Formats: sequence, C-alpha cells, structure tokens
Amino acid sequence: MLDLSWLLIAVPLASAFFLLVAGKRANKWGHWVGVAASGSAFLIAAIAFFQMMGLDSQDRAATVTMIENWIPGGELNLDAGLLVDPLSLTFVLLVTFVGTLIHVYSVAYMETDANRRIFFAYLNLFIAAMLLLVLADSFLLLFVGWEGVGLASYLLIGFWNFKPEYATAAKKAFVVNRIGDIGLIIAMGLMFSAFGSLDFATVFGGVSGASTAMLTAIGLTLLLAATGKSAQFPLQSWLGDAMAGPTPVSALIHAATMVTAGVYLIVRSADIFNGAPTARMVVAAVGAFTLILGAVIGMAKDDLKKALAASTMSQIGYMMLAAGLGPVGYAFAIFHLVTHGFFKAGMFLGAGSVMHGMNDRVNMRRFGALRAAMITTWVTFGIGWLAILGIPPFSGYFSKDKIIEAAFIGEGWQPWVFGGAALIGAGLTAFYMSRLFFMTFHGKARWEDDQHPHESPLMMTVPMMILAVGSAFLGLILATGDRFVTWLEPVTGHVEHEEPVLPVGVLIASTLILVAIGIVVAWRKYGAAEVPLEAPAASLITIAARNDMFQDSVNRAAFQRPGQHLTRTLVYADSALVDGAVNGTAAGIAKTGEVTRKGQSGQVRGYAATMLIGLVILVIIVVQGGL
Amino acid sequence: MDPINFVYLAAILFAIGSAAVLTRRNAIVAFMGVELMLNAANLALVTFSRIHGELDGQVMAFFVMVVAAAEVVVGLAIIVAVFRTRQSISLDEPAELRG
Repeated sequence: MLDLSWLLIAVPLASAFFLLVAGKRANKWGHWVGVAASGSAFLIAAIAFFQMMGLDSQDRAATVTMIENWIPGGELNLDAGLLVDPLSLTFVLLVTFVGTLIHVYSVAYMETDANRRIFFAYLNLFIAAMLLLVLADSFLLLFVGWEGVGLASYLLIGFWNFKPEYATAAKKAFVVNRIGDIGLIIAMGLMFSAFGSLDFATVFGGVSGASTAMLTAIGLTLLLAATGKSAQFPLQSWLGDAMAGPTPVSALIHAATMVTAGVYLIVRSADIFNGAPTARMVVAAVGAFTLILGAVIGMAKDDLKKALAASTMSQIGYMMLAAGLGPVGYAFAIFHLVTHGFFKAGMFLGAGSVMHGMNDRVNMRRFGALRAAMITTWVTFGIGWLAILGIPPFSGYFSKDKIIEAAFIGEGWQPWVFGGAALIGAGLTAFYMSRLFFMTFHGKARWEDDQHPHESPLMMTVPMMILAVGSAFLGLILATGDRFVTWLEPVTGHVEHEEPVLPVGVLIASTLILVAIGIVVAWRKYGAAEVPLEAPAASLITIAARNDMFQDSVNRAAFQRPGQHLTRTLVYADSALVDGAVNGTAAGIAKTGEVTRKGQSGQVRGYAATMLIGLVILVIIVVQGGL
Repeated sequence: MDPINFVYLAAILFAIGSAAVLTRRNAIVAFMGVELMLNAANLALVTFSRIHGELDGQVMAFFVMVVAAAEVVVGLAIIVAVFRTRQSISLDEPAELRG
C-alpha cells in the first residue's frame, strides 16, 4: 500500500485539473468531486497508517521513487520520491482528515457562490501540494510542494478578488512568502555545496562531516523559509490580511495546515539543527517572541477572524519554540501542531458559522449573546476554546503543557526566558481567547438591525462537531502512555527524560492559575460588563496591537521605501546611461543622415555633375599615380 | 597624320558631350550628349588600338556600340514614359528623389 502513496497526491491533483477544465456543466456536482478526491486521499492515508502500525518501529520508513533521474544535471542527480514515515504520515492524516471535513463544510458555506466549482478545484490543488510538501524525500521536491501551497494560498486568499483590498491581501501574502522562499533556495544551495545532494538521506547522513558554521548557515536560512510560511516574526505581517479569503480557507490553510509547514521543515531538518545549537536557539527565540507578539495583537483585535489569525501566529510560535528546543521539543511541536490543527480549524469553522448567521460581518463588538441563537456553534466553539486554553482534559492541555515543561529544561538563562515566555503566553492566550469567546457568545446582544443570527445547516455543523470531538479527546488519546511521542520516535529520536528547572507540578499549577486569571479578567471586562460598540481610547500598546504592532508601517519604512528609491535610482540609471548610449547612437546616425540628405537634390543634372567630377578626380589620380 | 590628333578630337567630343548633359534641360538633347560621350570614348579606344598595333581596343569599341544601342532603347523608353506622365521632358522638373 505504501507503494501507492503517490495516489495521495495524484487523486486531488487530477480532481483539481478536472474541475478547472470541466467548465460550467460541472457547476451542479463539481464540488462533490472535490469532496470525493479529498476523502479518498484520507482513506488511502488511513490504510497506509494501519499498515505502518503493523510494522516494527524501525521499519516504519519507506521511500517510494516516483521518477528516476528527475533532474539529471552533472553532479546533482535527483530522483523524485516520496518518504512515508511516521512524521509525514502524521501530516498526511491531519491534512486529509481536516481537509475533507472542511471540503464538506465548504459545500454549504460556498453554496451561493457562483464560482464554487473553482473554489473546490483550488482546495484540491492545495491538498495535493501540501501532501507533496510533507511526503517529498528531498528538499527540492519539498520546495515544489512549498510553492504549490503558496500558489493555492494566493488563489484562495484572493478568491473574491473583485474587492481590490482582497486582491491586495493575496498579493501581500504571496510577496512576503517569496522572501521566505529565497531562504529555502539559499539553504538548498548551501546544502548542495556542503553535501552534493538535496535528498534527505544524503543531507542528513552527511551532517556529521559538515562544519558547524555551515550547519548554522543552513539552519538560519531554513528558519527564514519557515518564518515566511508560518507567519513568524519578522515575516508575520501577511497572515492577518490573509483572512480576506473565505473562512474555510482560513481554517484549512491559514490555521490547520499550510502555516504549520515551517514547523514541519524545522522538525524534518532536525539533524541539521541538532548540529547547529546557535541556529536552534534562534528558532526558539523567534518562536518565543512571536508567541508573545501574536498574543498581544490578539488581545486588541475586534475582528473575529483577525483575532483568530493572531492566535494562530501565537500558537505556531509555541510550535517553533518547541522545535527550537531540540530533541526534547520536536515531538511536542508536532503534537501541538496536530491538536492545534483540530481546535483551531474547529474554531475557524465556528467563526464561519457565526459569519454565516451574521451577514458575513466580523466585528465582535456587534456580536454578543449568540449562544442562544446558535447553540451548536457555541458548544463546538467552546470546546475549541477550552482546548486552546489548555484546560485539562482537553487536547491543548496535553500538548501545550508539554511545551511549557520542555521550555523550562536546560541550563543558564535559556529555560527562564523561553519558559517564562511560554508561561506568560499561556496567560495571554487565556485572556484573548476568552475575550473573543465572551464577546461573541455571551453578554448582551449588540447586533445591528439587519442581523438575524441563526444556526447553520447540518452540513456545516457536523464537521464542527467532529473537530470538537477531536479537540476534546485527541490530546488525551495521543498522550496516554506517550503514544504520540513513541510513534514519532523513529524520526525525532529517543530522548532521555530531563527535569525542568522548576518542578513539573509547580509549572502545571502556575500555568492553570495564569489561565484562570486570564479567563476571569476577560469575563469581568467582556462577559459581565457592557462592551462598548466602538473601540474605546486605549493605551499606546493597545493601539499598537490594534494596528498589528505597526508591522506594515515598519516594513514600509524599512524595506518598501528604500526598495522603491533603489528601483527609482536603477530606472533612472537605466534610462540615463543604458538607454542614453543606445539613443545617443541612434540620434548621431540620424544627424549624419540629416546632413548628407542635403546632397540628394533629386536633380538628374546634379547627379551627372557629381559623377563627372568624380571621374575627373579618378583620371587625375590615375595619371598622377602613373598607373 | 599623327594618330594623337584623334585623341585630342575624342577629348573635345567628350567635353562637348558632357557640357550638353550638364547644361541642357531638354532630356533628348542631354541624351544626345551622352551618345556623343560614348562615341568619343569609342574613338579614343580605336585610336589607342591603332597606336599600339593591337586589336583589344577595337573589340572593346564593338562592346561599347552594343551597350550604347541597348542604352538608347531603355533611355528613349524612359523619356517617352516621363513625357506621358508629366507632359514634359524637362530634366529639372522631376525631383521626387530629393532627400
């Protein structure tokens, strides 16, 4: 069955192609083709999973060559193959399972959209590209998937591109991602110079022979790639605007799967980071910084989807932090990634359901008291809320708490800084998620006159229920007996148990106390008290957070303006020097022509006289020369 | 008689011919000047042939005659065509090729 894993990519890709070329006649049933493609990919993945469970843990990695000599080029000779191991299979299961649920949800959510068939084609394209990304057995093939998900993300953010600001958001996501992609390209160049190949086996096999400086350089460029795709500092600015896409897209691509590709890249390249402690420390620092940054932005946002996007940024910060901690954190990074995929996708679908009932508006200051109107959404969203807060026994508790514990392991200042950030982040998360939850579902109704909230159809609520069940129990199931860590052990390596600098009990207790404080503060301000309809005047930091920490202004001042000046200078140099030389030559020739054309009088006798004079001169020369 | 006199005659004829070509506006007359120049050249060729005692110059003269005959046909045809379109054979009027 593992030999057939190429079908995982081929089926959604074929479906995407079919839906794009089928034309209008497929409008009535095309979306079901998309659902079936995603569903069958999940079935294949499930079969592969059960087959892999039957193998011994050290045999659980299979490389399936798809194209031999994919790129034959001198020293670089690359096959295109798929690597099926516990790590990639975890991603495949997450992507196809959550993806299929979101496909089903989208059938109802996009019902009134004239381009629903195209939407499903793009969703299928995304599934295919994402599976290629995680299944690739070389960095180059991974890069193909990496660009593929970027393309799908661009197409889906700009799905409603008749609104100029949505089209701009899509472009922004694309451009910012491109900066990260440059990191991946440079990383591949460095790998080729250091190891002579780009497939995982050769690269990771040659790590022990490479210098630390080289590994650090590769690690940092890989981190640049990861920050672009995963919206981490300093390339985080696109994620908030990416919420312009339809909500299922936000759930699938910008919460559950694509944005976690950076974490996958880091964990997949664990061997490189293990040899480069500096690069790993930078990864952890970026993660810790982003988790606080995202949480602070999330605390101030009134836009339901943008608050969730800030939360996604913050949660991926947790995963990055865990991945940067090294072998103690890899498995927990992926664990949190999986549970986050469930509860965040569930909450985004819940947000979509709320928007469905509230005329597609997202201002939480005009929500409130929705729990009575949409009871299913309230319950499923509530489970996601408890999960992200890390309340036991919901799934976020098992994954996030482990990251906080792991962050406190180590020596010197690092455990205190990283652990402290993770701990404070948990408190901030509790505040902003509770604020979001209470503002939307509790308090007094602050609806606008034309809003008549109602529960969404079953086609939308059933995927939400399934994800809610996952958010509730998945962590418990996977954490029992360290099942998930054991499952990933062939990839992430076995880790001896280490004690954090503080006792585990103290950490759990302080996390829960911070979470409780966050909930209580949020309840007093946004649940029990009246929520003003307009955002009140606030402190500098709140204003900064409302404006995404002025990230766009900073980018504009630091990169865009100098870039524009540079291009303007180059354009000037081009027109003055390069064009000047060419145009000057042409003008000179034209001037010469202007002068010589005066001799062309058109008078026959003039020409005859010229010829005669020439003849006389010739004769004189011949006679004088004695020829 | 000294054959060199024929060379002088050829030079005089050539000068007269070229003067006709350069000064006359009438295309026919200018054309006659061209013929005169050609025949002056012929005379010079034959004379030099005689002076050197070789036949090359006389052979060349025959070639010139043949070319002159062909040239007359083309030249007169052009003059007729010009006359038909412009109702005039003045050489100064057509100046369409002025740069």
